[in-house]
Amino acid sequence: MKRKRIIKGSQMILSALEKEGVEVIFGFPGGAVLPLYDQLYDAPFNHILTRHEQAAVHAADSYARVTGKPGVVFATSGPGATNLVTGITNAYMDSVPLVLITGQVVRSLIGTDAFQEADITGITMPITKHNYLVKSIEELPTVMSEAFYIASTGRKGPVLIDVPKDIFDLEGPFQYEQKCHIHGYNPTYKGHIGQINRAVKAIRDAKKPVIFGGGGLIRSGASSVLGELAEKARIPVILSLMGLGAYPGDGELFLGMPGMHGCVTANYALTEADLIIGAGVRFDDRVTGKLDTFARQAKIIHIDIDPAEIGKNVMIDVPIVGDVRLILEELMQRLKPGNTAKWLKQIKTWQDQYPMPMGREDKVGKLRPQYVIRELSRLSDENTIVVTDVGQHQMWTAQHFVIRKPNTFITSGGLGTMGFGFPAAIGAKFAAPDSRVICITGDGGFQMNIQELATVVKNQVDLTIALINNSYLGMVRQWQEMFYDRRYSHTGLQDGPDFVNVAEAFGARALRASTEDEATEVIKQAFAMKGPVLIDFVVEKEENVYPMVAPNRAINDIIIGGDEQ
Amino acid sequence: MKHVLAIIVENKPGVLTRVSGLFSRRGFNIENIAVGETVTPGISRMTVTVEGNERTIEQVVKQLHKLINVIKVSNLASEPTVMRELMLIKVRAETGSRSDIQQIVETFRGKVVDVSPDSMIIEVTGNDEKLEAIKLLLQHFGIKEIVRTGKVALLRGSKVTRES
Repeated sequence: MKRKRIIKGSQMILSALEKEGVEVIFGFPGGAVLPLYDQLYDAPFNHILTRHEQAAVHAADSYARVTGKPGVVFATSGPGATNLVTGITNAYMDSVPLVLITGQVVRSLIGTDAFQEADITGITMPITKHNYLVKSIEELPTVMSEAFYIASTGRKGPVLIDVPKDIFDLEGPFQYEQKCHIHGYNPTYKGHIGQINRAVKAIRDAKKPVIFGGGGLIRSGASSVLGELAEKARIPVILSLMGLGAYPGDGELFLGMPGMHGCVTANYALTEADLIIGAGVRFDDRVTGKLDTFARQAKIIHIDIDPAEIGKNVMIDVPIVGDVRLILEELMQRLKPGNTAKWLKQIKTWQDQYPMPMGREDKVGKLRPQYVIRELSRLSDENTIVVTDVGQHQMWTAQHFVIRKPNTFITSGGLGTMGFGFPAAIGAKFAAPDSRVICITGDGGFQMNIQELATVVKNQVDLTIALINNSYLGMVRQWQEMFYDRRYSHTGLQDGPDFVNVAEAFGARALRASTEDEATEVIKQAFAMKGPVLIDFVVEKEENVYPMVAPNRAINDIIIGGDEQ
Repeated sequence: MKHVLAIIVENKPGVLTRVSGLFSRRGFNIENIAVGETVTPGISRMTVTVEGNERTIEQVVKQLHKLINVIKVSNLASEPTVMRELMLIKVRAETGSRSDIQQIVETFRGKVVDVSPDSMIIEVTGNDEKLEAIKLLLQHFGIKEIVRTGKVALLRGSKVTRES
């Protein structure tokens, strides 16, 4: 039998990270994690010090999305831990694997309202896939390996480990088993063959089928089989916001994103389809609109790794629980080439009739945000990673930026977290140093984590911050315009700051564009620069995102937009 | 409709919070809950009564399964079960009314487990209907306090709810 090494808790944690292949840690030190950071001082990890714990989680979240490996975060007890909460929720909603290690006050002080004590396992129970409060040094190695296993298998998600400060310094036997068995945890990967056969029959019988795919396709690495299957059976592809990139945005069978700000064609196709193949998607309310009007003509096949998603929002005819890549491969083997020419022709007429609106005609030449996104897209290659914040610019990016590959579009989908974009772009660059990274953000969301300018300057992170600056919290203002009689209650951000000055004060380079000609020019300039560059695109202030489906309306009840007064 | 769920869990710290927290944040109402150890060390069994239609219960069960410490969830409502709950009732009992109370308790196969000069504690076990019935009868004398354990249930016959 192998003799177990006797090491300290803090060493156990770092050894476990090494065994898990972790290279980058995002974090912020503090009192309760002093022993851990002391151990880290001469350990072979790239630790990125963000300027706020929230930014560390968002960066790790994005790092995990790009690499497919769990992102790792360190933070201290109390405020350090509670600052993680938004970021953890964000990762939980978008099924992103994270392992978060927080310090806790020493065991003898737990429950006494000690300095910087917060019950972070209690707080994060609803927003983690699982969490642990480590009570003894003996359990630490198992907890570490379980955490990585749980985070990165099944439906992925964040796992938090809360470690009391005294545990870091205690010594104990260390043996690390990467494979672990957890009694109550056994994800299903292979699809039920009977259901797969039913799905094959449904696809064969369908005249107007569509594939509706989501983030699950990306998490399971299903994009190539998705492309083959769509091609073979001639089924058009619709992707949710989280699914963008799973099928090429300029692919022949791609109809775009559906839902509230989706393509008219995608929404019409879902409404008219006689079969929807939901693949790694959760039929979120932003997509379905008014539920009892959603896809009433269609049979629905739903493939998802999480059984609880099946039948949660819409009624399903053929449920298939399992890994979407494995199941699509099974389907692919059994499907015969399909002929959907008539249906594709119908779709083509919608596509011709309803192109994605480019903003108001009378504004051509002035700086329309849609134009900025299109130029960023035109001047980027297919490996460029686009990271967005949340709001109007996010929807314009989803609509106008051509995403060609999986894991190259990083956005906060489920939670819609303003402040996500900029730190997430930092994480993406550390995950893919050879890819160009563009952070498309707004003047509202950027200010929520603007302090990370220090992080990008310190690390000379090579990224372009494309700030779509309309001096408003644009999406909220749009709703106020449409549904609250233009009463712009607290959505104006006209008083700055001057983002060029701010960026320069931090030591980053900054450019500005106020016309479409200038925009093209500065994008080229920025792409030629090394290190962090901010571009302040001073765009039309009251441009709206169209098409739009008003809340709780049928998704084929669309405000096409573009020519509003 | 009322459903009784048998939830087999690993007896880890916080497991009760995880289960009850899931019910509350997903908007499912726990009517009552009883927890105790099983025959297997380290494994506990929760019996939860929850109100909802088939679709709600299906969601509850699926969401419970997602909790790492939950090993198995069975819906007992769909099968024949023996279901019991224990209730203690402290009732006002002056000398004049004691024998009347005694008679009621005997009818319900309950027990008097404590007597003081002006009150008695009665222990009674049964299903919902039986407990409600005795409560109603004793109300007449003046109930001072009631405590209930929550329902527990086992499948009838030799079939068991597996603990692994």
